[in-house]
Amino acid sequence: MEIRKEQVEHVAKLARLEVSEDEKTTFARQLSGILTHIDQLKELDTAGVEPTATVLPTDNVFRDDEVRPSLSQEQALANAPDQADGFFRVPKILEDR
Amino acid sequence: MAYEVVIGLEVHAQLLTASKMFCGCGTAFGAAPNTQTCPVCLGMPGVLPVINRKAVEFAVRTGLALHCTIAPMNRFARKHYFYPDLPKNYQVSQYELPICEHGWLEIGQNGTSKRVRIRRAHLEEDAGKNLHAGIAGASHVDLNRAGTPLLEIVTEPDMGSPDEAVAYLKTLRDILVSQKVCDGNMEEGSFRCEPNLSLRPAGSKELGTKVELKNINSFKFVKAAMEYEIKRQTKVLDEGGKVVQETRLWDTEKGETAVMRSKEEAHDYRYFPDPDLVPLRITEEMIAEARKSLQELPEAKHKRFVSEFGLTEQTAAVLTANPVVADYFVASVTAVCTSGASKTDVSRDIANWITVDLPGLAKDFWTHIPAGEIGELSALKRKGEISGPIVKAVLEERLKTGKSVAEIIKAKGLVQVSDEGALEKIIDEVMAKNPQQVAQYKSGKEAVFGFFVGQVMKASGGKANPAKVNELLKRKLTQ
Repeated sequence: MEIRKEQVEHVAKLARLEVSEDEKTTFARQLSGILTHIDQLKELDTAGVEPTATVLPTDNVFRDDEVRPSLSQEQALANAPDQADGFFRVPKILEDR
Repeated sequence: MAYEVVIGLEVHAQLLTASKMFCGCGTAFGAAPNTQTCPVCLGMPGVLPVINRKAVEFAVRTGLALHCTIAPMNRFARKHYFYPDLPKNYQVSQYELPICEHGWLEIGQNGTSKRVRIRRAHLEEDAGKNLHAGIAGASHVDLNRAGTPLLEIVTEPDMGSPDEAVAYLKTLRDILVSQKVCDGNMEEGSFRCEPNLSLRPAGSKELGTKVELKNINSFKFVKAAMEYEIKRQTKVLDEGGKVVQETRLWDTEKGETAVMRSKEEAHDYRYFPDPDLVPLRITEEMIAEARKSLQELPEAKHKRFVSEFGLTEQTAAVLTANPVVADYFVASVTAVCTSGASKTDVSRDIANWITVDLPGLAKDFWTHIPAGEIGELSALKRKGEISGPIVKAVLEERLKTGKSVAEIIKAKGLVQVSDEGALEKIIDEVMAKNPQQVAQYKSGKEAVFGFFVGQVMKASGGKANPAKVNELLKRKLTQ
């Protein structure tokens, strides 16, 4: 399967990634290679095989509904580029109004 | 042109767990901002989410109450989008395999009932909260809510009017509250509804283009928003235009909806299975457990309260509206019935105290007075040790001082006066003060009897035993 430059741009935009023109060409080639390999795998008959969501040989790992100590407000905000009154401060979100 | 309205509803119900969906942070509403977070819900690298067992139990219980099939195999998916209230840049949700599918619930309206189909209900985590009002040039983000378990419940487009949609929402909320899986509080955001609404020419089979409505926090506004949207879309179509598929926000102040975001880069959430979470298998045993934990549904409970306790429809409705209050009522009645009273004997009194007197004294009265003491009061009244009018005073004092019911009655001298000598004395005084009424009674005007009962009760400070008063008054007045 062939991945075009525009598809790389689309995926990059969705992931908020900045990619150079050179990278677009490189990624298009590499992604095409990966998908071609997947196409090859598709030739196998997998009828009756349950789709694999994980390779871990386990399921149903739970925790009980118990409250554990949280971080302090100061710790929670420690990595924030900007903060005010105990909140993360971000550029005005215009879409909501 | 005549149009037909088609409405489907998405409800996000916050599950009543103490801790979050994938970490141990608390879920209490109203805490100081960013004090209920940890590396897991803040989206720090290298952390591992672990599923809250109770959230799964609640989802299965709700699914059963809504007649859904429960998926034996579940996995969680990452839904990717960028927004300041979403620290991980993805929301853990369920995509192809929702935990509950193909259910229904019955809505009653004007004596007819209709079945609304539930397409799916899936588990996911909530985002944080953005605040905009009164902040110059910035928005604020509080991540306390990020990671709180939600059950998203989606219907088929089965509702044909805003009234039907509201009836569905109320019924669903009552069911969730009855199952004790959600507190149903719309203002605090624990029950959020997003209608999608479209119009089509009357009689047409094809669905029109739908618009999704958000930002609605009461039943009143959800109805207003849908009514506004019907008018808006009708106008667009009548003028030969096309309805655009979009999300619109309800503006309470303006009473209208406005476009929220255009979806230029078509919704592409790039779902994929969350590699940090192992599959969730709902076993037969888990379903059997959930079946055992199913609570009586609101309608059945209402009927039972009428037949078992001899209450009116109205009183039964008030009592069953809140399962905590309903349980409190049953516990109170049970407490007095262990001393030999029959349910129907004491239910009316107790229901009256619980639905009328107590709510007027304290909003959350059940947390202050153990149900056993309500039973005690009822028993004392039955034995004739206190009179009806005194009960309210006792309850008031009980809430104010925290002293036990028995102590209050003793300390305040509220014990009912049944002593004939004492009552006769009061009656004599009342008769002496009201010779005119005495004469009226004796000349055959029996209606004045009630006046004497009232005067005697008043003179005794409400403590006189009404039955004794009746008996003695009759004797005295006819002497």
